[in-house]
Amino acid sequence: MTSLDPIQVFRTEAAELFEQIESGLLDLLNDLSDQDTIDAVFRGLHTLKGSGAMFGFEALAAFTHHCETAFDRVRKGQVPATDELVAAVLDAQDHMKALVSTPQGDHEDASNRLLAALHAAVGGAATTGHVVTPPLPQASAQAAAPASAPAKGQAFHIAFRLPANAMINGTNPLGLLDELRELGECTVKADLSTIPGLGSLEPTDLYIGWSVDLVTEQGRDAIDDVFIFVMDDMDIKVTEVAPVEAKAAEAAPAAKAASPAPEATLQKAEPAKAPGNEPKHGGKQAENVRVPAERLDELMDRVGELVIAQSRLSQLAGSSADLHLRAVSEDVERLSGELRDTMMVLRMVPVGSLFGRFRRLVHDLARETGKVIELETEGETTEVDKTVIERLADPLVHLVRNSIDHGLEPPDERVAAGKDKTGRVILSARQSGGEVIITIKDDGRGINRDRVRAKAESSGLIQPGQMLTDQELLQLIFQPGFSTAAQVTNLSGRGVGMDVVKKTVEALRGVIDVRSENGRGSEISLRIPLTLAIIDGLLVRVGAGSYVIPLSAVEECLELSLEDDLRSRGRSFISLRDNLVPFLRLRELFETGTPPDRYQKMVVISTGDARVGLVVDQIIGDHQTVIKSMSKLHHDVVTFSGATILGDGGVALILDVTHLVAVGQYQEAHLRAAG
Amino acid sequence: MSAHILTVDDSASIRMTTKIALTGAGYQVTEAVDGLDGLNKAKAGRFDLIVTDLNMPNMNGLSMIEALRKSAAHMGVPIIFLTTESDAEMKARAKAAGATGWITKPFDAEQLVKIARKVLGK
Repeated sequence: MTSLDPIQVFRTEAAELFEQIESGLLDLLNDLSDQDTIDAVFRGLHTLKGSGAMFGFEALAAFTHHCETAFDRVRKGQVPATDELVAAVLDAQDHMKALVSTPQGDHEDASNRLLAALHAAVGGAATTGHVVTPPLPQASAQAAAPASAPAKGQAFHIAFRLPANAMINGTNPLGLLDELRELGECTVKADLSTIPGLGSLEPTDLYIGWSVDLVTEQGRDAIDDVFIFVMDDMDIKVTEVAPVEAKAAEAAPAAKAASPAPEATLQKAEPAKAPGNEPKHGGKQAENVRVPAERLDELMDRVGELVIAQSRLSQLAGSSADLHLRAVSEDVERLSGELRDTMMVLRMVPVGSLFGRFRRLVHDLARETGKVIELETEGETTEVDKTVIERLADPLVHLVRNSIDHGLEPPDERVAAGKDKTGRVILSARQSGGEVIITIKDDGRGINRDRVRAKAESSGLIQPGQMLTDQELLQLIFQPGFSTAAQVTNLSGRGVGMDVVKKTVEALRGVIDVRSENGRGSEISLRIPLTLAIIDGLLVRVGAGSYVIPLSAVEECLELSLEDDLRSRGRSFISLRDNLVPFLRLRELFETGTPPDRYQKMVVISTGDARVGLVVDQIIGDHQTVIKSMSKLHHDVVTFSGATILGDGGVALILDVTHLVAVGQYQEAHLRAAG
Repeated sequence: MSAHILTVDDSASIRMTTKIALTGAGYQVTEAVDGLDGLNKAKAGRFDLIVTDLNMPNMNGLSMIEALRKSAAHMGVPIIFLTTESDAEMKARAKAAGATGWITKPFDAEQLVKIARKVLGK
């Protein structure tokens, strides 16, 4: 259901406008003369003001008006855009947000303070200095003209002639006459004297004038209202007459009305090209339909069911000799595949929308910490499932804060270390197979491993002197309770902790990698599956059970010969192009109690750098899978990430690749340690 | 058959208000999100009235009005523009571009319907 509450729609829209304005302002900091961006910011402020006033956010409208005025002057080249102005409007924007969220609050002091700053930034001429409430809702065609009209009927003589192009421009003279008739008793006469000969007659032009005698109780204002839209361009003469004399007074004004038709020069006098051809700005305003996310989820569920039903149909058709049935089944298969793909695309959102908010964050943090920071973003167009984006927002904020707060050094320290005084934070996204990899990289001081160890030991996370791999040591920063008071500043101390970051990423079936080099910087990568609902899987059989391995993780399939199997007993490694790859016998892991198939297969899966082989009895084929989550009773099962329904109605469990790779690597590490 | 009105505005909330007001008065309403979209939709369909904002991305209201008036099919179709305050200059330019009339924001449903009735001739 699309929300039908305009106020709610306005709030959503305001949030988008704020984003647009903010990103424009930040762009301006790079290039103060960029006319397109100035226009975009102006337009954002303009719409915000207009819509705000419509929905009763009067304080917002009045306040925004001043910012808009300032930008209007910049747009027209009357004042230059300056860093001060941009900063003033950025500050003002936070205030505007407050005016949207709590329109009833007391904002006057803040308003005046911010306006003073704005005032100063544009050299004092932009605003009138104090808040002016916008005009109250009032149509230009004053609907309810003050009833100053006399109680009794009053007689008017109206002679008018519309501009020649009036009809082209949508004014219907007969409509105007109808309106006059509604005002009271009315006699209408047409003046046809100025109709030219057929040779020079433009069929679309208007050559007729009218004279009207009207007796009305509604007064002169009501007559003006009838002509409100054409008043400025037309010849009109309204004279008040005493009712009895009305007819006698007719002749004189009629002569005036017969004057030559007003020239149509105004029509195309100024081609108005200047604001006419606005360049497309960033493609931001592509046509959109807003759909609540739960609708998409619902649709996704249906598509999922369809995919399942379709695979049953395929199976039936496959075993049937009926060629027609097979043809139909193939069509349905193709269509449901396409439907699924379209559905996936619908849910995909570019990560750029997420990255956008970090520019402001970095700007603010730079001001708070006194550090000089440059934020670079890469791969904004990479698309990710909407749910993933939403859930990643908070963890990313925390990671970026962390990089800036703990990672980047103050300028003097950087210079002393022989680095550029500007610290760099790079936020990048890229797709890799079925995953999207989001990386936060800084060129700061790096993670101090000794301090991490000391902290972990003192807080009891590890035993003193415990052997840890480098990755294990770095991963400690994601342990609950790792962050200590000494480390919490007013920046990173807010919001979620690193342990919540890790939990969120894991809930998305993702993994976190940490890399860090002392004095050179750190890099944290989040690897998240592209989508959460449907995956392409490889269907395999182990013992009597069917299992699905996410196809995105599969590197290759090979046959595990009996000799290899026997030779590797005890040491589950296989040599794969000169690399030792550990493998797991799923039959043993799942304790199927069945003898191995004569021709066992090995499926090599990987997450990033780590690989592991999974020994299965049979590879059945690829299988499009709708992930069904496990019941509450099974929430602590780690080997499987979900389940799916097969074409024959049976159930297959989906293997959790991350977990299995970790198990394989663990096994490898232990065997290595054991020599 | 009820009149068909095209509302062109980059603000979703204004479009919605316009739509609610006009559908409430028995008109059929189609939305367009900017001047370019408005121009395309106006050309593709048949509208009895166009209500448009002026300041919009991609193509502003002025250019859209001018473009529409150049096509024979849209001569005579009433076009009402929304203007935030009584900006005389903008009003004159919109009129010169071929607009029929205007309504000043903020407006309420009653005012909008009244103006629609006025230019549609009931």
